[in-house]
Amino acid sequence: MWLFFHKLASPRYFYDISGKLIPWVGALCLGTMMYGLYLGLVVAPPDYQQGESYRIMFVHVPAAWMSMFIYTLMAVLSAINLIWNIKLADVMANSSAAIGASFTFLALVTGSLWGKPMWGAWWVWDARLTSELILLFLYLGYIALVSAIDDKRTAARAGGVLILVGVVNIPIIHYSVEWWNTLHQGPTVTKLDKPSIHLSMLVPLLVMAVAFKLYYLAVVLMRARVEVLDRERRSAWVQELFGAADSR
Amino acid sequence: MNGLTAAFIAMLRRDLLLAFRHRGELANPLLFFLMIVTLYPLGVSPEVELLRRIAPGVIWIAALLAALFSLENLFRSDFEDGALEQMLLSPQPLSMLVLAKVIAHWLVSGLPMLLLAPLLGLLLAMPDKAMSALLLTLALGTPLLSLIGAIGVALTVGLKRGGVLLTLLILPLYIPVLIFATNAVTASAAGMPIEGQIYFLAALLVLALTLAPLAIAAALRISVS
Repeated sequence: MWLFFHKLASPRYFYDISGKLIPWVGALCLGTMMYGLYLGLVVAPPDYQQGESYRIMFVHVPAAWMSMFIYTLMAVLSAINLIWNIKLADVMANSSAAIGASFTFLALVTGSLWGKPMWGAWWVWDARLTSELILLFLYLGYIALVSAIDDKRTAARAGGVLILVGVVNIPIIHYSVEWWNTLHQGPTVTKLDKPSIHLSMLVPLLVMAVAFKLYYLAVVLMRARVEVLDRERRSAWVQELFGAADSR
Repeated sequence: MNGLTAAFIAMLRRDLLLAFRHRGELANPLLFFLMIVTLYPLGVSPEVELLRRIAPGVIWIAALLAALFSLENLFRSDFEDGALEQMLLSPQPLSMLVLAKVIAHWLVSGLPMLLLAPLLGLLLAMPDKAMSALLLTLALGTPLLSLIGAIGVALTVGLKRGGVLLTLLILPLYIPVLIFATNAVTASAAGMPIEGQIYFLAALLVLALTLAPLAIAAALRISVS
């Protein structure tokens, strides 16, 4: 098991295995997403209060989950990179940032599309929306910082510190805006007792959440592969793969 | 006196001395603070009722921006003349040395803002009972601004144009302070208890005092290497 992780952390091995993995993950993602959308848009009954427009949550909620999941994952990866100096962890954190930011953006956009018929306004300064917006700022700050520093290793470490500072701040932001102002509906799935959402709506939601996770995995692997090639372009195995001509 | 205490005090004295040798620059963040507050009655409305309502937010936002403005050069000159590298090489823990620098920064920028705040409250027609809450939140909040901001400054010190980037990095992290502080002042103006918000600010300050120096030191080591 440990040996596998050690091998996986080597860029070359990662490049090989991710190349084999991506088509499978991609196909699986496509399948679950079609299935989830079918369940959510066709099979699930309309909501007794919100009618048909609640269906946007099958995209909105998984996107919001992903936005937080990716940030946490980036924090873990950054910590791994800062402590053990594992290059691949940083490659993954780096490649995750843009995807995380786009999921956050998607959650904000779908949220405001849903908010217009429900609350009568595109944007309200509600706690969840506000903390999601700040999360987007944190992602953008990370991306800006990493792209402002030329040396990739330095950029990775600096970004890692920022992400870790941000992760301390996220619960604080979350609760501070929650106490400050709230309008968003309470949690319906992640409660300790029985979910208060009906099973016919919960199943498509969870299927979509899995589909989004798979999508993230496929895309992050693709991005990480490119990043690995770029960083290792002087190493023997990359030159072997592509010929020494374009490496200079 | 052991080595660490001596180094801490020496660093504090050095930074304070440097600040007082540039007395002109000392006033700049304060004038900036005052200017921003002045812009609100001109830009929004000079109506007393409205000003009274928005006063806590206005003063706090001005404090945030002034802190950002004054922080920008916290490590810059040390970085340029090589003093920062000496600090990195020093046998004393870097986190303690930067804590001394941050405290010095607060003494020359945060503390004067605190002293200026009653005047601004007066200008914005803030009710008297909210004044003590404003001072209390500023007393707890401005050191927080210096501590959190220093992390961002440390991350961007090696960059050519760090200014705008600094804003993007730091302002999201300032938001909880802003929310708790303005909430406390507004609540106290309405005659409600404010212990909850004050305890929260105090807890954040303790958290920042323990963790921020470590993050600043780590960020400096990365930026300078």
